[in-house]
Formats: sequence, structure tokens, C-alpha cells
Amino acid sequence: MGRTTDLWVGLFVCAGIGALLILALKVGNTSGFSSADALQVSANFDNIGGLKPRAPVKSSGVVVGRVTAIAFDDQKFMAKVTMSLDKRYKFPKDTTASILTSGLLGEQYVGLVAGGDAANLAQGEVIKLTQSAVVLENLISQFLFSKAAEGDAKK
Amino acid sequence: MSERAVFSVRKLGRTTSDMVMRLGYSARFIMLTLLHSGTSFRRFGLIIRELYYTGVQSLIIILVSGLFVGMVLGFQGYHTLQTYGSESALGVLVALSLVRELGPVVAGLLFASRAGSAITAEIGLMKATEQLSAMEMMAVDPIARVVAPRFWAGFISMPLLAAMFSAMGVFGGYLVGVVLIGVDEGSFWSQMQSAVDFREDILNGVIKSVVFGFAVTWIALFQGYDAPPTAEGVSGATTRTVVTSSLAILGLDFLLTSLMFRGV
Repeated sequence: MGRTTDLWVGLFVCAGIGALLILALKVGNTSGFSSADALQVSANFDNIGGLKPRAPVKSSGVVVGRVTAIAFDDQKFMAKVTMSLDKRYKFPKDTTASILTSGLLGEQYVGLVAGGDAANLAQGEVIKLTQSAVVLENLISQFLFSKAAEGDAKK
Repeated sequence: MSERAVFSVRKLGRTTSDMVMRLGYSARFIMLTLLHSGTSFRRFGLIIRELYYTGVQSLIIILVSGLFVGMVLGFQGYHTLQTYGSESALGVLVALSLVRELGPVVAGLLFASRAGSAITAEIGLMKATEQLSAMEMMAVDPIARVVAPRFWAGFISMPLLAAMFSAMGVFGGYLVGVVLIGVDEGSFWSQMQSAVDFREDILNGVIKSVVFGFAVTWIALFQGYDAPPTAEGVSGATTRTVVTSSLAILGLDFLLTSLMFRGV
């Protein structure tokens, strides 16, 4: 009894740890970099739309970081989005940050488009060139106003 | 009329104070178990023996139900997702619902009814046949010899069982989604991997299962230890173990979920 019990329990523990490993490697992604090797930068937006903390930061479609915090700056009256970028990637100082939507109804993310500056973004720096989220209501009202203006011109 | 009212109020008070007293007794019991677990770690063979009974013998039911839960998730998820034309998100749906919720909770419920009831019945019967008193007579502490090894065995085996349940469920979802229905295999796995985070999802699921393991073994041990030493008492205690630990699992799950996934 003793030895077979040991054998079975050993197999059981191995199977359990194996299942955890399968979950970690096959099902999940462990690549989420820790804050130790991340570059903290922030950007001010007029309107962030539906952006949420932990939303991805992408450049050319590749995830290069995550949004860590969103706050309201009552000096500039703008939204302040803090994000941590993977240290492996360097972005020039004149990088443009814009809030984009994946697909028509998908989640919102921050898209980075690199500029041509020789110097790179450093820890804690602010991205100056930003483009706000597209708010559908504003688009529609612009469209309606322009239509109305056209109608006036025809009269 | 007034006599009956007084009687019912008295009964209510008595039930409440009994409940509070039992809660205090069970807290004292688990503290005692934790304090006396040093001996059972020195005699690790005892824990291994109990691991065999609680863990290995629950394997079949955990693996089979994990497989079937995953397969059902595969069917239902596909059915719902295809109306939105996003069948490729099936992997995400199956993996997230298993790893976050269904794995720990269903494995915990099965563990409570398979291993928890067995623990209660065993200890209750030991008490009814005065084996525990006999141990005390021989200066063997029944808490260190009988209770603590079972506690640690349950505590260790529950997260392992939950992980196996989740892994088996993902495999079941894969069988139904990819092999049977024909969802694209690449997008099934890649979307799953990009959506499931190790720390955020998998570790939180493991934490849940650890908490459930603690709660279930605690309840099972206490109900057995506290059971009236009669056949009826033991059977009642076994029933109470399953009911109480199921409720505890569901309540704790709500609490932990609201702490972990606050929707940000």
C-alpha cells in the first residue's frame, strides 16, 4: 500500500503542476512585462472616449505597452493618460499618440506613430503630439451642420 | 398566543447564539489545527496518505466533469458567438470562463461533495466509535494525528484539482470547437493566448481555488469533529458539510470576484 500510494500521490502532484504549466504556457501569456523594465510616459488628450486602464498601447499593430492610469488634469482641462511602454522598444520624442478603435465596435487602444526625432522618449516624459478619440456624436453633428450649410447655400 | 410568541423569540435567540458559539468553536478548532500542523509536516507520510484519499481519488470525477463542462462551453459558446460572426473568439470564451470562474468553483463544489463529505464521515465515525478518545487516552493528540494531515492534504490538492479541471475543460472546448465544429485552430489558440493573462486571470483563479480548498477542508473537518457521536449525527454532519461548503464556495467566489475583477 505504502509505495503505490506514494506513486499515485506523486503522479497526482505532477499532473496538477503540469496542468498549471499548460494553463500558463498554452492558454495564457506570461509575456506581460513587469513595471520594473517599463518606460513610463504620459500624454494629454482632449477626449479619451472609452479608453480604459490596462488597454493596450500599439504601434504598427504590435502591442508595445499598456495604459496604466487615466486621470483628469484640472490645469489644462485635458485627460492625462499614463502608459508603460516595453523598454525593448525606443520611440523618438516626436511620436504621435492617438486613440483608436479596433474594429467597428471593438475596444479602444492607444496607437503610437513614430516621428523622425533623433532623441528618444525618456522615463516620465510627456508625448506632445496627440489625437483624441473620435466621438461619433460630434462626427454626426458635423455632418448634419455641413449638410445644413449646403442647403442654405443652394437657396 | 403570547406564550407562543415568547417561545419563538426565545428559540430565535437560542439559534443565533448557538450559531455564533459554533463559529467561535470552529475558529478555535482551525487555529488549533494550524498550530499542531508542525508534527504532521515532520511525519509527511501521513499527509501523503491523505493526499491519496482526497486528491487522487477525486481525480476521475474532476477530470471527467472538466472535460464535459469544457465541451458544453464549446457548443454553447459557438452557438452564441456565431450569431455575431466571431466564432474565432471561442477559445477566449472557453478559457476565460474556465480559468476565472468555472474551474475553481465547480472543482470546489465537486471536491466538497467527493472529498469533504468523506472527511466528515470518517472523522465523525472515528468520534462515534471513540477512536478519538482512545487516542487521547494514549496521549496522542487527535488534532495533530488525524485532523491536521487531512487539512493540509485538502489544502494542497484543491488548487491542483482546479488547475486540472481548467486544463481539461480547455481541452474539451478545443475538442468540440476545433475538432468537431471546425473553428480555425490557429485563431482559437492565438486569441486565447492574447486574451488570457497569467497574473490577472490564471493566478487569480489559483488564489480562488486555494481559498476554496481552505474553506471546504475546514468545514468538513469541523463538522466531522463536532458531529454528535451517533449514526444520525454523522449522517447529518455529512449533509451539513456539503451544504455549508457549497454555500461558502459560492459566497466566497462572489467576494473574491468582486475584489479581483472590478471591471477596470
